[in-house]
Formats: sequence, C-alpha cells, structure tokens
Amino acid sequence: MYDTKYHRASSLDEAAKIFASADDGAFLSGGQTLLPTMKQRLAAPSDLVDLTHIDGLSGVSVDGDTVKIGGLTTHYEVNQDNALSKACPALARMAGWIGDPQVRHRGTIGGSLANNDPAADYPAAMLALNATIHTNKREIAADDFFTGMFETALEEGEIVTAVSFKSVDKCGYEKFRNPASRYAMAGVFAAKAKDGSVRIGVTGAGDDGVFRWTEAEEALASNWSADALDSCDVDSSGLMSDIHASAAYRANLVKVMTKRAVSSAD
Amino acid sequence: MAKVSLTVNGKNVEKDVEDRTLLVQFLREDVNLTGAHIGCDTSQCGACVVHVDGKAVKSCTMLAAQASGCEVTTIEGLSGGGDLHPVQAAFREHHGLQCGFCTPGMIMAATDIIKRHGTKLDEATVRAELEGNICRCTGYHNIVKAILDAASKMDGAAKVAAE
Ligand SMILES: Cc1cc2nc3c(=O)[nH]c(=O)nc-3n(C[C@H](O)[C@H](O)[C@H](O)COP(=O)(O)OP(=O)(O)OC[C@H]3O[C@@H](n4cnc5c(N)ncnc54)[C@H](O)[C@@H]3O)c2cc1C
Ligand code: FES
Ligand code: FES
Repeated sequence: MYDTKYHRASSLDEAAKIFASADDGAFLSGGQTLLPTMKQRLAAPSDLVDLTHIDGLSGVSVDGDTVKIGGLTTHYEVNQDNALSKACPALARMAGWIGDPQVRHRGTIGGSLANNDPAADYPAAMLALNATIHTNKREIAADDFFTGMFETALEEGEIVTAVSFKSVDKCGYEKFRNPASRYAMAGVFAAKAKDGSVRIGVTGAGDDGVFRWTEAEEALASNWSADALDSCDVDSSGLMSDIHASAAYRANLVKVMTKRAVSSAD
Repeated sequence: MAKVSLTVNGKNVEKDVEDRTLLVQFLREDVNLTGAHIGCDTSQCGACVVHVDGKAVKSCTMLAAQASGCEVTTIEGLSGGGDLHPVQAAFREHHGLQCGFCTPGMIMAATDIIKRHGTKLDEATVRAELEGNICRCTGYHNIVKAILDAASKMDGAAKVAAE
C-alpha cells in the first residue's frame, strides 16, 4: 500500500471539509473494497476520510410504508434487522449473502452503492425497489444513480447518507455465485410494487453494470409467475464475457435467476 | 504518523505507526503477536481473523488507525489463561488442523460463529459461515466436526453455569 493519511471525521461537514482540502482524497467506510484495492496498489488516495464515527448514519427504520437504511449500516446489521426482515425479507436475506461474515461485519451499504461494482448485490436491489439514494447534497433516484461500471451520479466529495424506498407487495433475490469470489455471476432482484408494477434489477451480467430487464417486467406485470418468463429472452449482446462465463451463458443465467427470484418472492 | 491507542487481549497498547499500517501488521510487528497470519493479499483467506469489539473481522482489511479506541482479541488472548479455549481443545481433539496456518483465523471465526448461532448451530450453517476462511490441508471435514463439538460442549457448560 502506498503512503496515505488517515483522518477521522465526526460530522458530514467535517468529512466534506477534509475531503476538499486533500490532494486526492477518498472516503473510507467499511474498507472492504477500498483497502484491498489499495493493498494491490490499484488505488492510492493521498488522504482517507473515515466516515464511520459520524453519528446518525447507520441503522434501519421502517415507518409505515417507508423503509430507510443509513449509509453506514453494515451488511450484517441489514441482514439481522427484525423490522426489515418483516418489511422486505428478500433484502435482509440478500445482505446475508454478501461475501463472508467478516466482510459483512464491516462492509456498508453506502460504500457498496458508491463503488457500483458490476457484480455487487445492492445495486440490483436499489433499482428493483425503485429506491432513492440520499446524499449530503441531494436525493437521487436509483434509475439515475448507476451510470456505468464502477460509475455513479455522485459528484466529487458527495457522501451517500442513506437509501429509502416504499415497501413492495412481494420481492425476491437470487444470485448465482462465482464460487471463488462469491460475487454474483448473475444476480436478479425482482420486485412487485403495491400498484402491481414490476421492476427487475440485474447485476453481475451487464457490460455497463447493473440494469433493468424491461421485457420481463412487462411479462410479470400481467402475470406474476415464473412461467410468464418462458417467452422472454435476454439479449446477450450487452452482457459480460469472461473466463467464468460467456455472454450467452450469462443471458441464460439471468433468466433462470429471475424465475427463481419470482418463485421465492415473499 | 498515526497515534493508535487500543486494547489488545485486555492490555492497553499505545504506539505511533504509519497511517497505512494494517491491523494485522500492527499486531504482528508492533505488538509481537504473530498468531494472526497473512495468507493472501485479496482479503479472501481469513488467516488473519481477529475480533474487534466482539466481532470477527479480517485484520488485513482494516487499518490499525481505524481500530484505535477498540478492543481487539487475537488467538493469543482467546483462552485468557493456561487452559485451551473449548474451540482450541476441540480442534486438537478432532484433528482440525494439519499445517496450522489457517488455524488461528479458523478458531477466531469459529468462536464468532458459535457466539452468533449458539445452540442452533448445524453442519450446513458452519460450512456456510466458514465461507471466508480457506484451508489448504484438511478438507474442512474435521474443522466442521471440531466446531460442532465445541459448540455443544460450550452450550453444556453454559447450562451448568446457569444452574
Ligand atoms: C472477500 C470479499 C467478498 C465480497 N463479496 C461481495 C459480494 O458477494 N457482493 C457484494 O456486493 N460485495 C462484495 N464485497 C464487497 C463488500 O460488499 C464491500 O463492503 C462493499 O463493496 C464496499 O463497502 P465498504 O463500506 O466496505 O466501502 P469502502 O471499501 O470503505 O469504500 C468503497 C468505495 O466507496 C467510497 N465510499 C465509501 N462509503 C461512501 C459513502 N458513504 N459515500 C460516498 N462514497 C463512499 C469509497 O471512497 C470507495 O471508493 C466483497 C468484499 C470482499 C473483501
Ligand atoms: S490475510 Fe487473507 S483474508 Fe486477511
Ligand atoms: S491446516 Fe494447513 S491451511 Fe488449514
């Protein structure tokens, strides 16, 4: 790891100030992506601004129909939260499938969203749940937030403080894991909103990162069942091809994962 | 330089270290506790697992500076005295190690698993929970046996203590 300077911020304003005065600063939350990247010398921020000591940015609240998750809430806390397990069980389950227990004890939802890894789990859920990403400056709809592989709408120095969404009628998540890395080779979050509309978020498969599978959304809106997907096919042209799976293989995986997500939705 | 002040196995430790020092390096090189091992540079192997404020974490994926103010427990501090901790004893009894490189991380992960799952622990849960700990020798079978046995013995001991 190259040399760096560690700062502990105690408020959002202080974090923004330290970041602004750094040459090439980076926010540090769980460190479960940033530190491995720094160890490999793929990132070399001059300054690290630790956000984890800022009060009020972690925890889950369920208020009527609205679910809100603080940006610094760890994957473990999301997985264990009782209110969330009732309001949106698939999301709580999903958090329990991220990496391993040690990663879940430290990694945060805000860090995962800001990173927008093309195989990360949370982005698929945020798209499918039509979530809003809250920052220290504004609110951004999930549809506008994920702009490409490792790219988001966040500006320099902007901090993810929370996400929120309206609870849905039913949702499910299924993930085909790469057995070595545990990231998704294809992961699908399927959500049926209370007005009957359907949103499908797909991760691990797209060349540009997470995306919505609109053809399946339409088919499922008129018939919420795995069979409704028999006539749908994923176009493999925009999908990733790598040593683990070809684009055509991933296209099929997306369909299979979508069927399973619909079947397991609760 | 960062001033790092924390508790390691119940003792206060205060040192000035480079900001980029990983917790595992700090423990091994500055505190001379070489139980936590470094088995990879990708945060995947789990040889470095320690407890920070009671939770299992990969000490290669946390800065010493982040741990300042925390309570850290390493394999050296697990038993707290002369006798082996029940999980250590079970690893010995069930031949849960061969070369021993993964063992400190396995045992620190195992105690965390038992703490979180208690009596509900079954084989499938142990295997799923060991996702982040890699062993190149044993084939995991005896590790899983050791953890299940330790869990049932610890549960028994807790019941006796409660009576
Ligand atoms: C072995 C292993 C397996 C993993 N498996 C999975 C998996 O299966 N699925 C999955 O989704 N992820 C996986 N991860 C990644 C993990 O979920 C990370 O926790 C997550 O991607 C990043 O969150 P973090 O809090 O650790 O962020 P950090 O590593 O601290 O930061 C990540 C990036 O986001 C920025 N950032 C952090 N917080 C904020 C914020 N609040 N606002 C703005 N920017 C911020 C940082 O500057 C950095 O660029 C795995 C990681 C490891 C080490
Ligand atoms: S040394 Fe491999 S996970 Fe920490
Ligand atoms: S005993 Fe050798 S790596 Fe596990």
